[in-house]
Formats: sequence, C-alpha cells, structure tokens
Amino acid sequence: MRWAAGYFFVAPALLLIAVFFVFPVFSAFLLSFTDFDIYSLGNIEYLRFVGIDNYINLFGNSRFWTALGNTFYFVAVGGPLSVLVSLGAALLINSKLVRLKTLFRTVYFLPVVTTLVAVAVMWRYLYHPRYGLLNFALSGIGIEPIDWLGDPFWAMPAIILMAAWKNFGYNMIIFLAGLQSIPDSLYEAARVDGANRWHQFRYVTLPMLAPTFLFVGIITMIGYFQLFAEPYVMTQGGPSNATLSVVLFMYEEGFRWWNLGNAAAIAFVLFVIILAVTLLQLRLQRER
Amino acid sequence: MIQPTIRSICFALLILLCGCDGEIKDKVTIDFWAFGREGEAVQELVRDFEAEHPHIRVRVQQIPWSAAHEKLLTAYAGDAMPDLFQLGNTWLPEFVALGAVAEFGPWVRDDPDIDDDTFFAGVAATNVIDGVVYGLPWYVDTRLVFYRSDMLEKAGFKTFPGTWSAWREVMERVKESVGPDKYAIFLPVEDWTIPTILAMQQGASLLADEDRYGAFDDPRFREAFDFYLGLFRDGLAPSSGGSQVANLYQEFSNGYFAMFVSGPWNIGELKHRLPGKEHLWATAPMPAPDGAAAKGGGVDGATPGVSLAGGASLAIHDGSEHKDEAWLLIRYLSGTEQQERFHHLTGNLPARKDSWIASGLDKEPRTRAFWRQLQQMAPTPPIPEWERIARTIGRYTEATVRNTMTVDEALASLDEDVDRMLEKRRWLLARDQ
Repeated sequence: MRWAAGYFFVAPALLLIAVFFVFPVFSAFLLSFTDFDIYSLGNIEYLRFVGIDNYINLFGNSRFWTALGNTFYFVAVGGPLSVLVSLGAALLINSKLVRLKTLFRTVYFLPVVTTLVAVAVMWRYLYHPRYGLLNFALSGIGIEPIDWLGDPFWAMPAIILMAAWKNFGYNMIIFLAGLQSIPDSLYEAARVDGANRWHQFRYVTLPMLAPTFLFVGIITMIGYFQLFAEPYVMTQGGPSNATLSVVLFMYEEGFRWWNLGNAAAIAFVLFVIILAVTLLQLRLQRER
Repeated sequence: MIQPTIRSICFALLILLCGCDGEIKDKVTIDFWAFGREGEAVQELVRDFEAEHPHIRVRVQQIPWSAAHEKLLTAYAGDAMPDLFQLGNTWLPEFVALGAVAEFGPWVRDDPDIDDDTFFAGVAATNVIDGVVYGLPWYVDTRLVFYRSDMLEKAGFKTFPGTWSAWREVMERVKESVGPDKYAIFLPVEDWTIPTILAMQQGASLLADEDRYGAFDDPRFREAFDFYLGLFRDGLAPSSGGSQVANLYQEFSNGYFAMFVSGPWNIGELKHRLPGKEHLWATAPMPAPDGAAAKGGGVDGATPGVSLAGGASLAIHDGSEHKDEAWLLIRYLSGTEQQERFHHLTGNLPARKDSWIASGLDKEPRTRAFWRQLQQMAPTPPIPEWERIARTIGRYTEATVRNTMTVDEALASLDEDVDRMLEKRRWLLARDQ
C-alpha cells in the first residue's frame, strides 16, 4: 500500500496538470481536425469535422513553408551564435584578469530581464536606415547604408542579431556556473603536463562543460523554434514575409482570424518538429 | 479557515453597500467599451449623460485600439460582453455573423431626430446588413490626399488635380523639381487601402457572385493596380517601404515627399507636430479616374473619386439586459451638440451632417476636403472575411512592389487565396438555401 500514499501526495499536482495541461492539449488535438472559426463560435452547428484537411491545407500553403524556412534559418544561425556568444562572455567574466565581475555579469544579464518592447523600440532606432547608429558606424568604414528591417534579405539577420544580444545573458549565467564547477586541480594537473592555454580549454574546459552544453543547446533550440515576440514587435512578419515565424503564423491564424482549427494543426506540427530535433540533438551529443 | 474569511468579507461588503444611499437598487448600470483616445474623451460626455439620466450609471472601459478586436471576440467567446460598445464599422459583419449585436430597427424608425439624410450615406450603409440596422455611426473616417502646397506651387501647380492623369502629371513635375533623393508621394508598400480605393473608383466589385468568390482578375481592378504600381516603378514613390520613414510628420515637413494619403486624424497631428507651418500643407479629395464624367460623375475633376467609408459605430450586445438604457446613451452620443463636442475633444469628424454645418467644419478649408470626400464613399464588401482579404491584398501589393511577383501571378494567387477563405461562406450560403 506504499504506492497509494505516494499517489495521494502527488494527486494535487497531477490534478492540476490534468486540468490545465492534458485536457487543453487533448482538446486542441481534437480541434485540429475541425474547421472551428468565427462562424462556429457564433453557432456550433456550423462546425465541421474535416479530418486531416487542416494538415493537408497547411502543407499546401506557401506561407507555412516560408514560415518554417524562416524559423529553421533563425534556429540554425541564431541558436549557435547565441550559444557561442554566451560561452565567450562567460569565459571572459570567469577570467582571473577581469575586475568588476559582478558588474559585468549584471550588465550582460540586463537585456534578458528587460521588456522586449522597450528593447525593440531601441533597436528600431539602431537599425534605422538613415539615422541609425549601426549604419552610421558602417558608413565610417565605407559601407553603403543598409535598410535593415525594410529589406527582405537583411530583416532576418537583424532579428537574429537582436535576439542573440537579448538572450545571451541567460545562457552565460549557466555557462558561468558550469565553468566555476570545474575543479582548479584539473587545470593545475594540465599545466604540470605542459598544456598551454588552448590545450587547457580544448581538453579540460570543453569536456567538463559537455553536460552544460547539452542543456544549453536543447533549451536554446526549443526556445528559438518558438520565435514570436521579436518579429511580432519589430516587423509583424514583414518585409515580404521574411521574418514570418511558425508561431507568428499560428498566432495570426488563431487569434487574428479565429481559425482555431488551423492554428491547432500548426501547433501540433511545430510540436512534432521540435520533438524530432530535440531527440536528434540528444542522440548526437550522447554519441560523442 | 477559508470559509469564515469569505463570509466576513461578504458581511463587510454588505455593510458598505447598505451604507450607500437607498437609490442604489433603482439604478441601472451599463457597461460601455470604447477604444483608445475616444475611450478617454467620451467620459466627459458620459458624465453629462448621467446627470441628465439619474437612474443610469455608465461604466466606461477604455481599451487600446490594437487589442480591441481580439478583446471583443474573446469577450464574446467568454460570455462577458459589455452592454454597449464601439466598433470599427468594417468589423460589424463579423459580429453580426456571431449574433452578438442587437437589431436597431424600431428605435431608429421611431426616432424623430434620425432620418435617411442624418448621416453620410456611405457610412450609414456600412451599419446595415441584409437590410437590417445593427449600429449607429459615431464618427466618420475616410482617406484623402494631404499635400505640401508650397512644393506643388514650386512645380507650377496652384490647385490640386481632380483626375488620375492630371494627378500623375503633377507627381511627375514635383519629382522633377525635388530631384533624385526626394519623392512626389509616400505610399506604404504593404497597404491595401489605396489600391482598393483606386479599384473601387474604377468600379471594380472586388468580390463576385454575392461575395462568394474573389474578382481580382477584373480588368478594372487590374487598371487601378497598374496605376498604383506605376508610381513606385517610375520612382515617384520610394519603394523601400515604411522603415525609411521613421516619422511621417518630420519627413513631410522636411519635404522628403510632397503627398501622402491618409485619414482625418492627421489634420490634428500635423497642426500639433508642425507648429507654424500650417500654411505649407493642405488636403484634397481623391482624384477621380479619367472619364468618370462619362460614367455619371459630373464634370471631370469636379466630383471626387470614391474613397473608403470608414469610421466607428456604436452597437448594443444582443444579450444585454439593458438595451433601452444603452440606446438612450447611443442617442445622446449621436445628438448634434454631442457630436460637435466630441469633435472638439478628439478631432474625429462627426457622423452627423448637421454637426458639420453647425460647427462650420464644412467651410474650413482642410476639413472641407473631407466634407466633399464624405459625399463620395463606397463600402467594402460587408462580410466577416473582409479584414483578412484586405490584408491579403496588401501582401500581394507588397510582393509586386518589391518585384518578387509579376502582376499576373499576384492577382491570380490573390483570387486563389480569397476563394479559399470564402469556402466556408459558400458552404453556409448553400446550406441555408
């Protein structure tokens, strides 16, 4: 009867999960096989069961593929960039030569806790093609002004740059914790064996950080697949859909146009993609 | 432990309630949702309304415009609608389809102060769906041209043109006089309003077969679309989009462009943001297509081309228990004097014609252009899907301006997308027959 007591203690938590997670997810799954829309909201008789039509239409919708392509672009470029910047910042702060560590740690972490809307307003000024600081700096080295948020080619790099700047502080803190848990004795032993700085980094720091890398990599990837707020605030998915992400597309379908059936289908497709990529990543990193 | 606490709070509340004057139970409270600046300004009028009707208390909730549409839909889904609410008049078909708004029939019919000529016809029509009145216009909004009179004069024009060909010529001459870094007109690249206005001026119906299908392959739509794209293609409008123009007012004042097409709120904005430069800008109604006279529009250029019938209406929730009181408030807010006051508070243009005449708005040069434009308005198709169709027009406009699609491809895809959006509507219409 010992298990009964255990279930009794976890029951409240399980109940909450069932009511606020399992049930909504299950209903959303059912919803994705219907054409629930504004008409059905007014009169439930207008709801049609459409089987897998939502999924078929989705795969035939060029906007969905654009959104998916943009999202992969963002994850593939923004994810590694953000992780590398975090690692670099963590190494710098962890260095014995640096003074005012707490100050830098706080300063680098500040963007993470700043409201995205305020950040976006500031970056819009930085990116302004005629008065922006970025183009001003580029003109100093003879580069023609770039229309960062208005040019379909540059809009996504601009979003990636901003997202990496805004988010790297979070991973930096995790890397810092990882770095600080590496015992000094390992470095001492390496020095005794004649390892230079690069060798110490390559053969002591990196292997010891492997679990941290796995965690940071997966969390960042999952978060970046759900790209929404940056393009929503900065570009609304434009110009020419260049920054339309899957979640932004889902939001438009669901809450702007109230095609909740379609939106639910998008949510499940995104879920399957994220799950697949996470499993792949786990597998790759385990093998190493 | 919890129950006694709740009980004691209830008890305390009861005491508080009894402490108020005895009137409380005879008073009717109505909830009123208004958006943005209007929600703030209307509170002053509501206070006077309450003084005139001591048995009614109005709770005004102010909602930002950007969240208004979603909030109203969510409120409907959650059964938490206010008794009375403001809404953009293009949203009305959606809420009628939901069954969320009450019919105004008997109230409007029996009101001695409202007849067919009270409001601008084009705007009044947007509140009628299948012959039933569901809302009353609160203020009106349309699009016309704001221009720099000094820049036009420098290019050799004293008045604003009235036909497309003359308009095009003015833009070419202005562009010649300002040089390569400046432009004749500013047009947002992802915009549906101006292409749609131009198409409606040509007489394009936009949708066909009782709004069951898209009709964007119509040659009249094509002609309007070509005229619009030509402005970008020939360098009269900057094709780089809105990001170049961080501050419309500043750029307009700098002479980066000589014209833009926008709505009445910009009269107030320009006065406020460009102080001391009021002699430099003016407004003009939309030019009409050439040969409009032959189509029954009077002398070429004498009658403006049509523009969008926009604005906000007031509607009552069909499930409200205080419809009569809500109607009293709507009647009060659309009275001649209140409309005039509301104009002074917000700068919004009154929906009632007699308020225009009483306040002299029809004579003042800048609003006079609106007065003329408001007589020439066309509504967009009154269906719930319109908002989405409009955005899609904007997206394909952008694709053609940026040359990622040819006009043929864009219009064909537009028809295809719109037909797909209207599938449910076709099913519903076939079902109800």
